[in-house]
Amino acid sequence: MFKNVYNWIDERLDITPMWRDVADHEVPEHVNPAHHFSAFVYCFGGLTFFITVIQILSGMFLTMYYVPDIINAYASVDYLQHKVAFGVIVRGMHHWGASLVIVMMFLHTLRVFFTGSYKAPREMNWVVGVLIFFVMLGLGFTGYLLPWDNKAYFATQVGIKIAASVPYLGDYIKTFLQGGEIVGAQTLTRFFALHVFFLPGALLALLAGHFFMIRKQGISGPL
Amino acid sequence: MSEHNNQDAQHQGEKPVKRREMSRRQFLSYTLGGATAFMGAGMLVPMVRFAVDPVLQPKTKADWVKVVEAGQITDEPKSFKFKVHQVDGWYENDAELEAWIAKDKDGNLFALNPTCKHLGCTVNWNANPEYKEQYFCPCHGAHYTIDGKNLAVAPAPLDQYDLKVENGFVYVGQLGPNKRVK
Repeated sequence: MFKNVYNWIDERLDITPMWRDVADHEVPEHVNPAHHFSAFVYCFGGLTFFITVIQILSGMFLTMYYVPDIINAYASVDYLQHKVAFGVIVRGMHHWGASLVIVMMFLHTLRVFFTGSYKAPREMNWVVGVLIFFVMLGLGFTGYLLPWDNKAYFATQVGIKIAASVPYLGDYIKTFLQGGEIVGAQTLTRFFALHVFFLPGALLALLAGHFFMIRKQGISGPL
Repeated sequence: MSEHNNQDAQHQGEKPVKRREMSRRQFLSYTLGGATAFMGAGMLVPMVRFAVDPVLQPKTKADWVKVVEAGQITDEPKSFKFKVHQVDGWYENDAELEAWIAKDKDGNLFALNPTCKHLGCTVNWNANPEYKEQYFCPCHGAHYTIDGKNLAVAPAPLDQYDLKVENGFVYVGQLGPNKRVK
């Protein structure tokens, strides 16, 4: 059945070359853990992406219940975690995944660093990777505020103070992030918008560039 | 399952040995596909169950609410407001509902909900001089008899509240389809 549907579409749109281009390429021996077990270090980039997919999916589902408003934010998180079926699991995936994605990304960065994969001609991909790192940190920072509990409030208080210590621009950055004079209602909606629209948009664009470059240039050679 | 014919046996004119066995490639793709599907399901099932939770919640039945003294109800329908405690996810409030309560010829009290069955606007008793002694909807001109029978536009009669009289007070309860109109 599936084969027939696929063939029907393929006859009309010739999609085989497209997915071949994306998915069908040889894995070099030095990055294949079946040949050298130590090659598992090459998995961390893929794992980062896998967890990012989980983050996007679980985040989409969480917004079905979450509301970014200082009166209701905590109540809605409490409701979705304790009253909705599997709420603990879905929020747990997003909560733990947020830390895990940073860990995986860090390990991926170490691998790229110690195999020297950032060297020419792959410098641009390193730069894009570092930008992805910053966007991920931004996602972690903005997401931390959303439950609107004490930890969230004071973490943001501290985070914004740090941002405010930037020379010359600090005050502007602080007001931009806070959306006002205090960490409050306007900060919460702002962080929500950044967390679910702006930063994920930037992340997907950067990931597209990251993947395009690695397919174009190929994995770096053996040590 | 693919079938492999033993080529050598055929050449020697013997009965070909037919083996029904799975190729290595097929075994691997089934195993990998199965494992992937299992992990994917482990990820998606909690999320989907999370999303459809409201559909699977049991329906709550409305409590009885004291509305008015029974003595105040006449043959002419009158509007009464009453408050119902409402739990809406993480938000709880006392929502104000409206019932038009009247006494029929046999002296039975009945309460109708003024939500028009056409598209949900609010109807009023005797609101249009063209339709005297009727409920009239301002949106698309639906009108109903005193029993809530739909005369034009609306596809169904007005909904009716369960009603009981206790110690001289009228209580309304669960809202349901109209029982006065056949």
